[in-house]
Amino acid sequence: MPSTFFGWVGFLAKQYGGLFLRGTANTLLIAITGTILGFLIGLLVAIARTIQLGPKASAWKRVPVKILHAVLGVYIEVFRGTPMIVQAMVIYYGALQYLGLDMPRLVAAIFIVSINTGAYMAEIIRGGIISIDKGQTEAAHSIGLTHWQTMVSVVLPQAIRNIMPSIGNEFVVNIKDSSVLNVISVTELFFQAKSATGAYFRYFETYFIIALIYLTLTFSITRILRLIEKKMDGPENYVIHGSQSDSHAAIAVHEEGNNGTCD
Amino acid sequence: MEHVIEVSHLRKSFGSHEVLKDVDFVASKGEVTCIIGSSGSGKSTLLRCINLLETPDSGVIRFHGEDIQDGKLSMAQYHARVGMVFQQFNLFNNMTVLKNCMVGQMKVLGRSAAESEKNAVRFLEKVGMIQFIHAKPRQLSGGQKQRVAIARALAMDPEVLLFDEPTSALDPEMVGEVLTVMQDLAKSGLTMLVVTHEMGFARNVAHKVVFMDGGVIAEQGAPEQVLDNPQTPRLREFLGKVL
Repeated sequence: MPSTFFGWVGFLAKQYGGLFLRGTANTLLIAITGTILGFLIGLLVAIARTIQLGPKASAWKRVPVKILHAVLGVYIEVFRGTPMIVQAMVIYYGALQYLGLDMPRLVAAIFIVSINTGAYMAEIIRGGIISIDKGQTEAAHSIGLTHWQTMVSVVLPQAIRNIMPSIGNEFVVNIKDSSVLNVISVTELFFQAKSATGAYFRYFETYFIIALIYLTLTFSITRILRLIEKKMDGPENYVIHGSQSDSHAAIAVHEEGNNGTCD
Repeated sequence: MEHVIEVSHLRKSFGSHEVLKDVDFVASKGEVTCIIGSSGSGKSTLLRCINLLETPDSGVIRFHGEDIQDGKLSMAQYHARVGMVFQQFNLFNNMTVLKNCMVGQMKVLGRSAAESEKNAVRFLEKVGMIQFIHAKPRQLSGGQKQRVAIARALAMDPEVLLFDEPTSALDPEMVGEVLTVMQDLAKSGLTMLVVTHEMGFARNVAHKVVFMDGGVIAEQGAPEQVLDNPQTPRLREFLGKVL
């Protein structure tokens, strides 16, 4: 048996490396799928919540929209207002006891993280949408784009760029908070750590390793998201066409990459 | 002359503030109309009602004799034929200059990408912005943005262009480049409604000048008539301040 702290860390890493690795894979799977699905849920909810009817809309349109808005409001309040650890218990055991539905643990985990994230994302995206200057929408309408086309082509691309830092936050939160899913025995990283402490009772060393893994994951994810943000912003400079000194120079319309720049 | 746009008994209030009080107005084909008046007189609201960015409380707006609010005319088609240029330019910030001028053609008029691009390039050349087609709006000056905004509106082949104080947000140096473009358009026979404070432009380019005051059209007529021979004390006072 090892006698030093680092001795134990090395020993446990060797002994349970495979276990931790599988846990890491599951944690990542839950966080990535949960964040992406949550984003899509949030997108739909946010778009639905920004539908505005003109003063001349009929009751046939008005009533369903009102009901939809109310339902979505309740969804957001409930899932933001209760802890995910409780949601996990209620959903998993609720489905098991009352619907006779024995979900695979990993599926249950992804489902719970997705709808929980969706509630937060809906508000983040709604904030992004309303932060876009009204002039953008007016200009889009003035050339004949519909509400939906305006959203897809003009408003959402700008809104999503602006909320990238908040999306990154949600991603990091999901990597860490998927650990609460150990209560429904999902074999994510924290659950694996709990199993690994069973034989040698080396709590500190085990959780030290786990902490390092979580930190590595979250750090890498934030870096990757930064890169994506930079990519979304596009080049700082643009290619100028023709020549500023020679007005008869040929004008090329297709982009030639970013080798030519201008001040 | 054929009336392209005909507004009758138009009323619009924001809360208890009545901005337009029973406005009647016509714009004829190929005519340039300048709408002048002090801030709050309702001139921008009139333009925004014509483009349905504001919903009128009552009154009728006709486009070639057809009521635009009765639901028979498709809004997308109406907007494609009646374009608008804004005080704050409102270029789509997420698109390059070229894409700004293509998106409407492709999504509303159903033109192919190649055709839209050809058309966009033609109008960007016309407004002198061809060198900047791959720039993003944030990389342009105000005057350049406004010229792109005009090209974007023209690319839809509109019959009517509405200008809502197109030079008010520009540095004095840049006003000229935008007015030159607008002057060329006026010569090409486009029907234009221009809300402006540029009295020189109104005098030299407009066929008709409309003076709005307190939500009504107080005077209208040929530029020399309205600008040189004002009938009402309000217009005299206004011209005294701006000329």
